[in-house]
Amino acid sequence: MIPMVSYLALSTLLFFVGIYGFIARKNMLAMLISIELILNAVELNFSVFNRYLYPEQMEGMFFSLFGIAVSAAETAVAIAIIINVYRNAQNIDIRHVDKLKG
Amino acid sequence: MELGTSIVFYVLAAVIVASAIFAVTAKRIMRAATCLLFVLVGTAGLYLLLNYHFLAAVQLSVYAGGVLILFIFAILLTNPKGDPAEPADRQKVVMGIVAALCGLAVTAVIVLKHFALYPIHPSAVGEQEINMQAIGAALMGTGKQQYLLPFELLSVLLLACIIGGILIARKGKGQVGEAEE
Repeated sequence: MIPMVSYLALSTLLFFVGIYGFIARKNMLAMLISIELILNAVELNFSVFNRYLYPEQMEGMFFSLFGIAVSAAETAVAIAIIINVYRNAQNIDIRHVDKLKG
Repeated sequence: MELGTSIVFYVLAAVIVASAIFAVTAKRIMRAATCLLFVLVGTAGLYLLLNYHFLAAVQLSVYAGGVLILFIFAILLTNPKGDPAEPADRQKVVMGIVAALCGLAVTAVIVLKHFALYPIHPSAVGEQEINMQAIGAALMGTGKQQYLLPFELLSVLLLACIIGGILIARKGKGQVGEAEE
């Protein structure tokens, strides 16, 4: 079997790759992709802790399940906002989004 | 068996990390979305390895099926001129690398410091797949450690999302007029 610390190392790497992308990218969709990476790492952590430390319960799995659903909802609203920004500003570069009322 | 599981895990881990790094460094946003697909499918594989079969199915259908389609639609809608590469901003890249490395160092120190606390193997119970009936009962029950209320809250959240998405993405009155002209 795989030691638990391998899973933790993997999700840590995934999380901070996402953090890097969120800071370094300028396209709003690329930033959203980075957020997905971060959320994915967190959900992996929930289920790994559940499986290795408390296998007789399923709280971690349900946290992951609800996390997946909430992040899908969050992506839908974020993409609606991005499309609206694109309609007003003709691009989705984060540097050009500095007006609250276009 | 033991070796096979390890090989599967390390191949999946390598695919996930490589795809994640490519997803945040790729010049073309469509390639980044494709790499995100590989990350999500690899994570579903890890859930299978952890014996969370239902979670793997949900991950595949919601993330790889739903969210990624949304991403691809959004990319195609917001990139009329064939997906131009964004010019690199050195300062932001350096800031991102510094922030990620600092956080990575802190987290790695904390994780490795408590290395002895983590079990190497899950216990015997942990090797078993969770019964689908148990998942359904927990999702639909109102007792302790059962999740009917969050489940219903989630459906209200999704409804709010649908309405909000339509309201935000709908064209305003002026723009409708322009389109008609």
